[in-house]
Amino acid sequence: MLPATTNVTATETVFVGHGKDIMLLVALIRQHASEVGLTSLDQTKLITATSELTRNMLNYADQGQVIIDQLTRGKQRGVRLTFADNGPGIADIERAMENGYSSGLGLGLGLPGTKRLMDEFHIASVVGQGTTITIAKWTND
Amino acid sequence: MERIPILKMGQFLLVTIQVDLYDRLALALEENLIQEITRHNPRGVLIDISAVSIIDSFMGRIFSNIARMAHILDAETVVVGMQPAVAITLVELGLPLTGVRTALNVEKGMKLLVNQTDTNENATSND
Repeated sequence: MLPATTNVTATETVFVGHGKDIMLLVALIRQHASEVGLTSLDQTKLITATSELTRNMLNYADQGQVIIDQLTRGKQRGVRLTFADNGPGIADIERAMENGYSSGLGLGLGLPGTKRLMDEFHIASVVGQGTTITIAKWTND
Repeated sequence: MERIPILKMGQFLLVTIQVDLYDRLALALEENLIQEITRHNPRGVLIDISAVSIIDSFMGRIFSNIARMAHILDAETVVVGMQPAVAITLVELGLPLTGVRTALNVEKGMKLLVNQTDTNENATSND
């Protein structure tokens, strides 16, 4: 049998430019997560990851956008979030993914911690151009 | 501006966080609470987070800061009512919550504070 392909069933883009936007974004993502049938625990993991990544984005790049996709893959449903900014970028991604490393204000838990909460985590960054982080959480069946 | 109420109850301060905290509100709470501790000189601070659905590393740091500052000002802090999903997420995120004492609910948290501060007083009076 061929592996099931991933389809996007709904999409929404949100601009983030202020600390207060995090709460609105989180409420919106919880709604999407609930619509696809993620458990309450997985919803909490997804919005905590959202809060973590959005705060990073505001700290380092001042602003950015978040694309929310509802997905299907065979019988599974999921939510994929893409955090994109035009900030300074990350010079050493491997180091940024190490526990305890922080170049700024945080505890250095942000990226590796967020990765542990998610089913999928992908990061791409070009110094001077920006960073794009994609995360996803899937239902079990 | 929105504000998290800080109630004085006997020898304790009681903070019930009824909304998810965004950055400015959390920082304001930290500042106001430290001011109230200085003003009332309470034996303990009880923070109820049963309505909080997100604790990320920023929020975790705020709670750690509050507990450590309160401790320096001679007040014990107990955080109560954490939602199970939040506790699981915190552990997976790897957040240490350094110096923050927790209890399952307000009643147990209050007991912990009363016992804790009694012990401290006995220890002091025996000196």
